[in-house]
Amino acid sequence: MPKEKTDILHGSLAFMVLRTLDTLGPQHGWGIARRIEQISGDALELNQGTLYPALLRLQQMGWITSEWGASENHRRARFYSITRAGKKQLAAEAKNWQRISGILARFARQTGASS
Amino acid sequence: MTRLRVLLYRLTGLVRRGSLERDLDEELAHHLQLETAENVRRGMTPAAARTAALRRFGGVAQVKETYRETHGLPAIQSLWQDVRFGFRMMRRSPGLSLLVILCLTLGIGANSAVFSWIEGILLRPFPLVVHQERMMAMAGTNRSVAGRTDVSWPDFVDLRKNCTLFDAFIADKIMGVTLAIGERAHRTVGSIVSANYFKALGVHPMLGRGFEPDEDFGRNAHPVTVISYRMWQERFRGDPGIIGKQQMLNGMPHTIVGVAPEGFYGTFVGWAMQFWVPASMQERFEPPAYKLEDRGARWIEGFVMLKPGVTPAQAQAEISAVAKRLEADYPATNRGCGIKLYPLWKTPFNNAGTLFPTLGIALAVVVFVLLIACANVGNLLLVRAFGRRHEMTVRLAVGAGRGRLLKQLLTEGTILSILSAGGGLVVAHWCRNLLALLLPARGGVTMTLPGELDWRVLAVSAGVCLVSTLLFGLAPAIQASKIDLVSSLKADSAGVVGGRRRATVRSSLVVVQVALSFVLLVGAVLLLQSLWEMQNTSPGFSTRGVLTTGIDLRSAGYDAQRIKTFQDELIDRLQGLGGVQSAAFARNTPFSYGSYSSAEIAVDGYETAPDQQLTVDYNEVGPGYLATMGIPVVSGSEFTRADNESAPLVAVVNEAMAAQYWRGQDPVGGRLQVKGRWMQVVGVAKMSKYRSLRETPMPFFYVPMRQSAMGLGLEVRTPLGPETMAKVLAREIHKLDANVAPSEVITMQEQVDRTTAFQRVAVTMLGVFGGLALLLAAIGLYGVMSYTVSQSARELGLRMALGAGAAHLLRGVMSQGMVLTAGGLALGAVGALALTRLIAGMLYKVSPRDPLAFGVAFVVMTMAAGVACFLPAWRATRTDPVRALRD
Repeated sequence: MPKEKTDILHGSLAFMVLRTLDTLGPQHGWGIARRIEQISGDALELNQGTLYPALLRLQQMGWITSEWGASENHRRARFYSITRAGKKQLAAEAKNWQRISGILARFARQTGASS
Repeated sequence: MTRLRVLLYRLTGLVRRGSLERDLDEELAHHLQLETAENVRRGMTPAAARTAALRRFGGVAQVKETYRETHGLPAIQSLWQDVRFGFRMMRRSPGLSLLVILCLTLGIGANSAVFSWIEGILLRPFPLVVHQERMMAMAGTNRSVAGRTDVSWPDFVDLRKNCTLFDAFIADKIMGVTLAIGERAHRTVGSIVSANYFKALGVHPMLGRGFEPDEDFGRNAHPVTVISYRMWQERFRGDPGIIGKQQMLNGMPHTIVGVAPEGFYGTFVGWAMQFWVPASMQERFEPPAYKLEDRGARWIEGFVMLKPGVTPAQAQAEISAVAKRLEADYPATNRGCGIKLYPLWKTPFNNAGTLFPTLGIALAVVVFVLLIACANVGNLLLVRAFGRRHEMTVRLAVGAGRGRLLKQLLTEGTILSILSAGGGLVVAHWCRNLLALLLPARGGVTMTLPGELDWRVLAVSAGVCLVSTLLFGLAPAIQASKIDLVSSLKADSAGVVGGRRRATVRSSLVVVQVALSFVLLVGAVLLLQSLWEMQNTSPGFSTRGVLTTGIDLRSAGYDAQRIKTFQDELIDRLQGLGGVQSAAFARNTPFSYGSYSSAEIAVDGYETAPDQQLTVDYNEVGPGYLATMGIPVVSGSEFTRADNESAPLVAVVNEAMAAQYWRGQDPVGGRLQVKGRWMQVVGVAKMSKYRSLRETPMPFFYVPMRQSAMGLGLEVRTPLGPETMAKVLAREIHKLDANVAPSEVITMQEQVDRTTAFQRVAVTMLGVFGGLALLLAAIGLYGVMSYTVSQSARELGLRMALGAGAAHLLRGVMSQGMVLTAGGLALGAVGALALTRLIAGMLYKVSPRDPLAFGVAFVVMTMAAGVACFLPAWRATRTDPVRALRD
């Protein structure tokens, strides 16, 4: 059975989180996960749980911060927001991923031509 | 920067682990709720919605674990696991753990104790004194006298004036004084010091002041004193108004100008000074003459403070240059004389110099004991490691890294050694005053030889702890890292007696133990032999039936004439008693701390080389002194009462002096010049020892007290014991003057024994530790052999079943143990040959390679090893072949 969903590329989750927070402003974990799934058109194999260690790492790097607030269902929730360092990192990563996707796209074309 | 932030984050994560876990739980629960609600909105039943949410989320437990790993420091957390696991392992085999901790406590404790002694006695001997690292001891040298001499005051002043590399020159001369007069005569010690003493040492009197610069000068012009804290407390009950009060010292009222701070004992290693007087009071306390203007009178023992950054070599160079100039300027007094600086631990005039070799030996011994203890502990842990082989193998098999196992073993070792180091420090704390207890007390002197457990000692002890952990932890660790998965997981393969490979580590540990113990044993026997030789060396005077004491008449305010009258009357009274054969006074008693007079001499008909200065020690003695001491007169006769002030000057020389200056001819009738005065030689005394049993024969002579300086030492030849004599003496003295009392009465044997106290300490130490080492080595050997036997039970059973006799098996096991012993002995013999040279300085009439010592050590070690091997070997012969083969 051909796999329809794509494994998440190593290191790209952080980029997606940063982009989401940059676009939408402060979000809680579930909101970030939903957004990533929506943008990818539900084509990504994302174990939502893996998001949380990633969020912790990003906090440790100082790219995002978090604070507790009330969510839409009036429960206590942790809201994440991007920091200035995070925005800088986002810009750098955006460039990086563009380059990588360009390279990968060229490989994809070549493989198609030769077969 | 980022790394630092991550680290901080992780560290706080470590501390706030509980609250972070709760936060995460809450966050995840919230996430699942929202996802479930979303699914319900899409039309699922609540139960299906929750299942879908969970599936979507992935494993909650895994997420939490990853989260935790990211959060804390896994290294520290696993360390914590190891520590807890280590404690569990210890509790599981409490006997073994206790034995290990005991061994190590002993090893580390002995080391800490010796370090603390070295710190407190040799390196930083003077509490409260600042900059001891820049302090050096100073003494004189004389080309024609072996060893050191003292320094004269004029030389001292000139050195101070002409040297530029020094912050301070300190004069310090210890002296004994009788404080209380009457029935309870109380001897105590104090120092004559230069006026800069307290200032240079950075010690501020807690009450009053130190000395003023002008108090160095003027003959007996400044009767002032600074008293010790202890004297202030004990004699004056801490009187706050003490400053300005008077204290009689040697018959002269002294004004108390200061009280030294608590804990300051002066600058004489081993003894606590009770008071200090300025140099101008020298004549009062260091009779017979006023010496502050006499360059030939050498009496000062001193210290210097180097300027910061000055090396001892630079300091010595400058001081030697100045001494050389003094030699040129004052040839009459300074010919052949120099000044030498010593590091504090080699100070030649206090107990530091004498304790230095003893503590050196002690250090070597405790390092040996530590090594042996480590070897033993390593062996014990190996036994446990074999027991845990299965655990280790399983852990390896399920994927634990070898590094992780190693770390765990080392953690366990560290727990053991930290516990032991704690115990060791307690041991060291208990032992800090042990040296003062081992060394004999002298009358009236408070001994202080405290160990100092400061941060340096703690640091060194921690280092020792670390090193020993590595030493004993290594063996099991190596063993663990060598575990072969396949063969270990198979059923235990039975060993054979000859199969040595598996026990290589343990066997080599035993060999090392035997070797180290052997070295210690050789050392102990050598020192014991040396002590034995010393005990059997005749000092040249009677040690039995002669008592010695002192009667300090100067403290009672007597002048020279009254002293003479009193002494004559007392001698008459004593000799009139039934129990007393003879009695005589002398200025200095052999083997006492007091120093002999020494003088430049000339002898009729003896040519002196131009740069040679003949300096010979002598003693001023009363009539009948030689007879009382039991020193035979080989030619002529000794002094009588007729040799008094008005009679011609006379002297008695010893055999060495006669041989050297009269070249074997009888000197009786010849002439001897002492300090410019000619005297007639009337007798030759047989050789005797003057300061210690180990000294080599040296020229020496006697002059009558009446014609020179009065002395206060009293020698009595009597069969009475010292206690009885003390009472008799007190009674007789009381009849003459109720205000005078004798000081401590001891036998001459006691007097001699006090000089060998350090050898005794060394022998005791080596004996105790040597015995201990022997025991540990025997236990180690026993352990290895027992283990071998128990592991090869099947093979032994098989051999028995095939008809091997008990004697045969016994021989087999024994010979294997003895092979190990022989290896250890060979190694030990090589080590001992190399190492015993180091104690040659402490040996008397014994070669460091004395075959007897090696022989005794060999026999003792072999016997101990024999016993240790016999028990397991005997057990081997009791193997039941049927059981062994069936099991």
